Amino acid sequence: MPSYVIMEKCDGCKGQDKTACQYICPNDLMVLNTETMKAYNRDPQMCWECYNCVKICPQQAIDVRGYADFIPLGASVVPLRGSEDIMWTIKFRNGMLKRFKFPIRTTPEGTAAPLGGFAEGPANLNGIELMTEPASLGCDVPTIKK
Amino acid sequence: MANFETVEVTTDLLIVGGGMAACGAAVEAAYWAKKNGLKVVMVDKAATDRSGAVAMGLSALNQYVGISEGDNTVDDYVNYVRQDLIGVAREDLVYNIARHVDSTVHLFEKWGLPIWKDENGKYVHEGRWQVMINGESYKVVIAEATKNALKTLGPLENHLYERIFIVEPLMDGDRVAGAVGFSVREEKFYVFKAKAVLVGMGGAVHVFRPRSTGEGLGRAWYPPWNTGSSAYFTLKAGAEMTCQEVRFIPVRFKDGYGPVGAWFLLFKAIATNAFGEDYMTTHRDELEKRAPYGTTKPIPACLRNHLGMLDLFGGKGPIYMQTADAIKRIADSAPDEKAAKKKLKELESEAWEDFLDMTISQSILWASTNLEPEKKPSEIAPCEPYFIGSHSGASGAWVSGPEDIAPAAYNWGYCNMATVKGIFCAGDASGASSHKFSSGSHAEGRIAAKSAIRFILENNTQPQADAAKVEELKKKILKPIDLFKENEGKLSDPNINPNYIKPKDFMFRLQKIMDEYAGGVTMHFTTNKPLLDKGMELLEYLKEDSEKLAAENLHELMRCWENVHRMWQAEAHVRTVLFREETRWPGYYYRADFPDMDEKNWHVFANCKWDPKSGEWTMMKKEIIPLKK
Repeated sequence: MPSYVIMEKCDGCKGQDKTACQYICPNDLMVLNTETMKAYNRDPQMCWECYNCVKICPQQAIDVRGYADFIPLGASVVPLRGSEDIMWTIKFRNGMLKRFKFPIRTTPEGTAAPLGGFAEGPANLNGIELMTEPASLGCDVPTIKK
Repeated sequence: MANFETVEVTTDLLIVGGGMAACGAAVEAAYWAKKNGLKVVMVDKAATDRSGAVAMGLSALNQYVGISEGDNTVDDYVNYVRQDLIGVAREDLVYNIARHVDSTVHLFEKWGLPIWKDENGKYVHEGRWQVMINGESYKVVIAEATKNALKTLGPLENHLYERIFIVEPLMDGDRVAGAVGFSVREEKFYVFKAKAVLVGMGGAVHVFRPRSTGEGLGRAWYPPWNTGSSAYFTLKAGAEMTCQEVRFIPVRFKDGYGPVGAWFLLFKAIATNAFGEDYMTTHRDELEKRAPYGTTKPIPACLRNHLGMLDLFGGKGPIYMQTADAIKRIADSAPDEKAAKKKLKELESEAWEDFLDMTISQSILWASTNLEPEKKPSEIAPCEPYFIGSHSGASGAWVSGPEDIAPAAYNWGYCNMATVKGIFCAGDASGASSHKFSSGSHAEGRIAAKSAIRFILENNTQPQADAAKVEELKKKILKPIDLFKENEGKLSDPNINPNYIKPKDFMFRLQKIMDEYAGGVTMHFTTNKPLLDKGMELLEYLKEDSEKLAAENLHELMRCWENVHRMWQAEAHVRTVLFREETRWPGYYYRADFPDMDEKNWHVFANCKWDPKSGEWTMMKKEIIPLKK
């Protein structure tokens, strides 16, 4: 199916004009059925299984069933994404469980400053230095004599 | 005609795309625009937090040179890229990206991307050029910096337009005047008028038939939303294109298409055929034949593919990544049992994160087949062909080189400007500058944006888009909606109608042509002139039928145009594969009628151009000029 919606858990993002999954899907696949007020994947064949809908869903109402044409049944891979890290629970077909936790960012959300705290360069549009160079490079920008 | 409101947006610089190149462009453009009182608008067909090829995440940054650390020089990188692409690279462009990429990576780190570090605070390398990251939120972090940069110019909604699909360039004579497209959320037709347009709409997937044609159709290695829009935009504007024959075929874990870089480079695993033979050893003579490229290290990606394919197509498959051997070797090198256990645990976590960060399907596949890599090997296979100038492919627009180093023949004033005035290209949109990957694409976006701002200041007039032409484009772009409405409800199945073709069926037709005539998976990547000629004939019918695409809704309207974009990428490819009468990149494709490399006649760029006035294609050879004689 790739991503699918668990009807009992989906609340259609409480009747807003678009759901979280619809907002995030890079391939414009997740969409709200305005009659049932539940989201669904309108074209599972074009799903990349990127899990962005799964990760963003506030109700944890979306899961993924591996592609039917080559993935045997019975396994699951479930993320729980927080503001600093992500926890993965992997269930094997034979029942074995594995859990992994990885950091996702080192700064508080929203704080990425475009210049990254580096000093501005010479601000010369005709020069070779980009906005924060040479500081962000750590040395002069290399060139070669023609 | 469908009753769509027309929304007009006027800007100085228009950035089309939302991935790494476009985000790099927006950050840099905002800085220079602010200083010079200019406006920048970025248009993304998805949500920038998770758009482009890095939408899922990544587990490594594949381009980091380490200049300030003294690890490598920019020249080292140029040598690596030239060799990997069998001598076909614009060294000036590769050099330019490589000298700026570290600066971009250092910004990523400040923005919050977790880059692995060793006990001395140095980046942990996967290979010579690759650094390891915890990259689940890579794109989210990059998008955040992009948005924060655009916000310095004013309210974000005036500078970032999401869910707008750009279809066509808008021209004023020989200069670009903007771009047109439509919202995929509401019935609105968008006209963006700009003094310069920066193209960063990625490469192309699903031009060739993928291995999985059922539900797994979408599981391409490169994402299915990269649909050839960069190539289409530049081609339609009349820009010269380069390396349209240089498709990329990655070898990855079979079906899930999980990354192999960590296994080959970090864990030093080897791949063997089903009989335990290492094809890199048994077919070494093939590398000698391809000297000087085959006899250097690292061995070029296409030649590694080629050696594996000899076994695979010779009936010696499956090919296996010997994961268990690699893990055992590393664990055995630990000083005692306790250390070995600890190492094993680390390796397990690293191996799984590699997939979870960027190819979650591969984790599902391993879990569903009870595959523990420390216990048994995992199958690898070549994927289907993709167009991706940022990786080990090279297709894209022919762009001007950096003034300070480019040979005269490669410089026409503004770095990264295509041969059409005002169009700038970065990432998968610019050609012959391979191996920029995510970090280099971002760096190239920055380079191109700075250059575009300079162009705008030195050519500071608003090009005039002809109103009648805009209206004509609107009619053409919305035609699939009209065609569907005209025929709606008359027949039993909305997908089957002799008067139109739906976008998915259209895509399948394109994929079948490309697969069977232009050397796809089922043809073992092999073609010849008669096959390509036949393929061209069938593409002509497809082109005619593209006028009969029909869309039930906005989503399908986007699919219609995505597939037209793919079709143009396909045509440029077929024409250039036909033009180059040799086999330079075995493992990417084979010309059965010209099976050898012909260094004397074909150590050149094969460029092409479509003339918007006459509709004619021109093929041309362009000299390869090295930076250093």
